[in-house]
Amino acid sequence: MKKLFKALAVSLAILMVLGGCSSNQGGENNNTPVVEDKGVLLMATTTSTADTGLLDYLAPIFKQDTGYTLEWSAVGTGEAINMGKNGDVSVILVHAKASEEEFVNEGYGVERFEVMYNDYIVIGPKESVAYSNDIEATFKAVVDNELKWVNRGDNSGTDKKERQIWKALGIDPATNPNYVESGQGMGATINMADEQMALCLTDRGTYLKVKNDATLGIELEIICEKDDNLLNQYGVIAVSPDKYPDTDIEGANAFIEWICSEKIQALIGEFGVDKYGQPLFFPNAKK
Amino acid sequence: MLTMIEEFFQNVGALDAIKVTLLLAFSSTSIATILGVLFGLLLEKYHFPFKNLVIRINRTLMGVPPVVIGLVVYLLLMRRGPLGSFSLLFTIRGMIIAQVFIITPIISGTVYAYAAKFAPQVRNFAKTVGATPLQTELLVLKEMRSEIYFAIVSGFGRSISEVGAVMLVGGNIKGRTRTMTTAISLLKSQGIYSEGIMLGIILLIMAFIVQTIAEHFKKEDIYDENF
Repeated sequence: MKKLFKALAVSLAILMVLGGCSSNQGGENNNTPVVEDKGVLLMATTTSTADTGLLDYLAPIFKQDTGYTLEWSAVGTGEAINMGKNGDVSVILVHAKASEEEFVNEGYGVERFEVMYNDYIVIGPKESVAYSNDIEATFKAVVDNELKWVNRGDNSGTDKKERQIWKALGIDPATNPNYVESGQGMGATINMADEQMALCLTDRGTYLKVKNDATLGIELEIICEKDDNLLNQYGVIAVSPDKYPDTDIEGANAFIEWICSEKIQALIGEFGVDKYGQPLFFPNAKK
Repeated sequence: MLTMIEEFFQNVGALDAIKVTLLLAFSSTSIATILGVLFGLLLEKYHFPFKNLVIRINRTLMGVPPVVIGLVVYLLLMRRGPLGSFSLLFTIRGMIIAQVFIITPIISGTVYAYAAKFAPQVRNFAKTVGATPLQTELLVLKEMRSEIYFAIVSGFGRSISEVGAVMLVGGNIKGRTRTMTTAISLLKSQGIYSEGIMLGIILLIMAFIVQTIAEHFKKEDIYDENF
């Protein structure tokens, strides 16, 4: 029995020494102050922020700055908002202004803060349509000349945006015999348009990524960009602790304050420039 | 009535998808049946070097993931691929080509397995009654007909249930190359589960009908044999 106690005491002592050593080492090597580990912060967001690699890039910095480990579920905007409504996450980062405001007005969210935007572009074969900054002119030219056009047709944010533009023009795109619905995601749709030498509406980030990563490359070029109507604003909202007392409101607020800070806004603006030659997101948080 | 069905399925083009599924399954199964039965019988009849290797490759292809065939056919048919000039990508003809690659090994493998077992006896019998070579082969076919029906039904079942190759090669284009399986996949991606399940049930009923027809053939066979 005595032997057992002795063995336990020795093991404990070794553990304590080892533990002490490692924490000392950490303290010596890092010049930045050590931030207390505050656990996991759960976020629901759209696929674009995850697919472009933005969150992978930001999460370690967030951990270093605040001590929270950011974990996210990347789904469609509608589903992300639903996860917030069900109290499954503490914060949401999405792009659907009307639904976001509804989310706040119904008391599920505390307040909406604008973070950044990216933009939609029309891509197509070179010189199929004259390059322009007027989305309506481009859309009209497609229908007038019966150009090949691929629509996602999957009720995604991009699909909704496209339909909204057709509707504003009063044009039924299906009257164009060369208009097809792919029913697939953005990457697959860009590849299909490239195969068919067709045009399509896409977000800039996915286009740059597919163009950069595809084995055979993408021949389609930007046909229309920088129309004000093509901006896609992202908002961040903390889930209300009044509805869900379990939610991590402190973590959510820390994230919102952090992502809207000057330092992180600058990092967002630089993200992707080294790889794609242009930024994927444009920061525009209000100071 | 038809518009009601269309609207029920959230305008994914369910009716066209059913038509495309049937057209695709009948076409690719017919072509694969001719190729598969011929190949299976020839494989049994003739001996040549590396025959065992060919048989093993055939068996492997019987379980090949359709998405792999889909990718290979996609690369063949794409604009910059060797057959790009035929513009077969995202067409039903392209999908039929992919499915023929998937179904033919299933039919040839099944036919070969049965033929290896039964054909020698049938040939011996034919010899004793003095049949010509053509008559002998026709007799082999006739004796194996229920097994061949079974192989065809397996191929047909594979065709209507397959999603990987038709998604890649067909592209899930609404009203043109969208099948029931890719329509289900699209419904799911939008979170529309109940309609997806409904379409799945219709697909299952179709498979059930095909199976019933096959059983019917088989029963007739047994009936014939009793006399």
